[in-house]
Amino acid sequence: MSHTTMNLNLKVWRQKNTKTAGAFQMYRVENISDEMSFLEMMDILNEQLITTGGEPVAFDHDCREGICGMCSMYINGKPHGPWQANTTCQLHMRAFKDNDTIVIEPWRANAFPVIKDLTVDRSAFDRIIQAGGYISVNTGNAVDGNSLPIEKSKADESFAAAMCIGCGACVAACKNSSAMLFLSAKVSHLALLPQGGPERKTRVTNMVAQLDKEGFGACTNTGACEAACPKEISIANIARLNKEYIVAGLTAE
Amino acid sequence: MIDAKIPKGDLDNKWVDYKGHCKLVNPANKRKMEVIVVGTGLAGASAAASLGEMGYKVKAFCFQDSPRRAHSIAAQGGINAAKNYQNDGDSVFRLFYDTIKGGDYRSREANVHRLAEVSSNIIDQCVAQGVPFAREYGGLLSNRSFGGTQVQRTFYAAGQTGQQLLIGAYQALERQVALGNVQMFARHEMLDVVKVDGKAKGIIARNLVTGELERHFGYAVLLCTGGYGNVYYLSTNAMGSNVTAAWKAHKQGAFFANPCFTQIHPTCIPVSGDHQSKLTLMSESLRNDGRIWVPKNVGETRKANEIPDADRDYFLERRYPAFGNLVPRDVASRAAKERCDAGYGVGTSKQAVYLDYAAAIERYGKIEISKKGLSNASQEEIIALGKEVVKEKYGNLFTMYAKITGENPYEVPMRIYPAVHYTMGGLWVDYELQTSVPGLYALGEANFSDHGANRLGASALMQGLSDGYFVIPYTLGNNLADEIYNAPIPTSHPAFEAAEKIVAERIAKLKNINGKQSVESFHKRLGKIIWNECGMSRTEAGLKQAIADVQALKKEFWSDVRIPGEINEYNPELDKANRVADFIELGELMCVDALAREESCGGHFREEYQTPEGEALRDDENFMYVAAWELKNEHEWALHKEELKYEVIQPSQRNYK
Repeated sequence: MSHTTMNLNLKVWRQKNTKTAGAFQMYRVENISDEMSFLEMMDILNEQLITTGGEPVAFDHDCREGICGMCSMYINGKPHGPWQANTTCQLHMRAFKDNDTIVIEPWRANAFPVIKDLTVDRSAFDRIIQAGGYISVNTGNAVDGNSLPIEKSKADESFAAAMCIGCGACVAACKNSSAMLFLSAKVSHLALLPQGGPERKTRVTNMVAQLDKEGFGACTNTGACEAACPKEISIANIARLNKEYIVAGLTAE
Repeated sequence: MIDAKIPKGDLDNKWVDYKGHCKLVNPANKRKMEVIVVGTGLAGASAAASLGEMGYKVKAFCFQDSPRRAHSIAAQGGINAAKNYQNDGDSVFRLFYDTIKGGDYRSREANVHRLAEVSSNIIDQCVAQGVPFAREYGGLLSNRSFGGTQVQRTFYAAGQTGQQLLIGAYQALERQVALGNVQMFARHEMLDVVKVDGKAKGIIARNLVTGELERHFGYAVLLCTGGYGNVYYLSTNAMGSNVTAAWKAHKQGAFFANPCFTQIHPTCIPVSGDHQSKLTLMSESLRNDGRIWVPKNVGETRKANEIPDADRDYFLERRYPAFGNLVPRDVASRAAKERCDAGYGVGTSKQAVYLDYAAAIERYGKIEISKKGLSNASQEEIIALGKEVVKEKYGNLFTMYAKITGENPYEVPMRIYPAVHYTMGGLWVDYELQTSVPGLYALGEANFSDHGANRLGASALMQGLSDGYFVIPYTLGNNLADEIYNAPIPTSHPAFEAAEKIVAERIAKLKNINGKQSVESFHKRLGKIIWNECGMSRTEAGLKQAIADVQALKKEFWSDVRIPGEINEYNPELDKANRVADFIELGELMCVDALAREESCGGHFREEYQTPEGEALRDDENFMYVAAWELKNEHEWALHKEELKYEVIQPSQRNYK
């Protein structure tokens, strides 16, 4: 494969901290190889800023292989950028061409306050899990793993929901900043397994209550979350969540 | 000689006896005892959750924005357990034996046996938590094989086993947070251990959002902070993975064991250029079905698909017919390097070999045809069906490869090359996972104990969860039972004051250097030195040069690094500077250790010590020990040896032929 290099204009959101107002700033980077990942391009921008006396752009990132869920950039109007089923760290510069202007923003949602530049606080997601996103089993209580056969299709469906990486792209993509896809993925993961049965009703009720408390918006079924999800979590999970919630409400003791 | 406090008695009964006789802390006392857990990967999250369930007051710390991000999440292939669900001859003994042999007889028998014993409990625990492991159509758990074994004992969840196990542990942890048993400190980094009367009694942590230093007391401190592979700069570790917590412990007197035992994983996506910031692993599970080869002719110019079988060298199958493509990682990596160094490498850099799925696609296609009774299927139909099967098994890995390289691995063979993946070395711990500092423990990859000189695939997840769920809950109590008579120490104690002052001064010193070069540029240079001289093969001359180079780099770092921004704010460059400063010091110790170990074993290959066939040549007479290093002064370490006594297994030259 032959490779090319490109020069780019970057329009980047800069914000000193949560309390200070932010603004866009323009930067230019040159000789960017199309083999680079998007974050490697950002590394080059930062190296440029550091060696010329500037302040590097703060952004969250860690595994750089699309699984930790830490990276979170809103690129040209899309969470994680132009590629389908992708995280920012796995976006490669092949997606752009010479002299493009790329707009880079943080996730924007009231429930995700900006910490600095492109870094936001997503601790609301942890608190939603604390409200019930687990099966209450202490270490040492388990029976043999094969004593509970689980239909393969159910196990696969549960796994598909459990693949959520908690990045928050669904919230960033939604015009209402709704976190329903995130919540529904967890509720589905556990509701589809027999182990999750005993706590099914309390789980969904408590998690929805916490979701509301965190200030996420309501779901209006636009499907933007599903389109932005790097792990292609299905919007059908939201339907299952609604069903679980209604059943829990109707059958409450 | 140092004492690992291994219980007396038969190997089979050591752990059972230990559990039967260890001291306990009663529930009322547990509620009064604070314990600190640093790191929330598989080891840390499972330990924090389990200790919280038992009633201890746990404070857990991680540098990421959430405990769910820890790098255990990126483990792909699977987790081993001696369940013998496949009826293929597996047992606790066989898992124990494979692990000791895979580690080239440089690990501790008693620890490894315990690991094999609890492996089954781990699977049961994870299933109970709702970890969606892969299942067969009958609803039972599915297994696959991994390198260095001849049984199928690996449990998995597609190519995301680490993610699913970590989410299980994370959920258990968050449940304890909700119950108030665990207090979680995300975006916090441990910057020192606080000792009172020689015992670890707390930590100094930095709040990475505000930059403030905090003092935290605990009756014990558990370091579950992972490995130090990022010393090489390029590795499959996450960008934030670091040695800082372990290194601070080392500076406080904890011995660092076998630092030169590092694992170079054979199947990673090759480096594409100087911009590269990290390397991506392609799971070892791909070696189940993929065939590894290079062209038979130097200077081959044809495309991979145009090279006929007769002109291909399936070098692992040729050299190791019994294990073939499933030899252990160290063996596979060295064989690939040997071919590339001899000029047979592929791709633009010539530093790569092919991992080919064509044969597997055809084989699976034929099975599907037969299942569906399509006797007249065309070759195209066979291939199409085969691709579907491969997609179901390895789809996420193939997609990842395509995104990174821009090539379609269903059509052309993948190019792979070895990369740094795991570190077997780590803080020295005794049988109870306690370091040489009383009250200070190390769990998971952060300790050294179970994998010897080479770790087998799917064993890291097993060890992390074993330490956290099933070992520390017993061994911690055995020591804390004596602590109930001691009152908690207020964080106004002079020891906390002094430790915080030292941390603050170091940060100020770093910040005030105000030099010209970025932290990243120093890290890259360190990585090149260590990779070239203390990587896949090592020599006396090279290691001596590397020690001098690292010492010079350290001087330059402390006089010319530039850290923008302020101390009391969110400042990732400052965080990185703290970590790279520690990596530089560790880099020197790795070379010191590699130089002192005048033999080859597992991942440690000294060119001077090899068999005529180019295999690692151990020297059991002189080096059958754990090298535990104590820091004396800058650039000066004392070597303590822990003799490895093999009571059950007879060490022999590893043979995978």
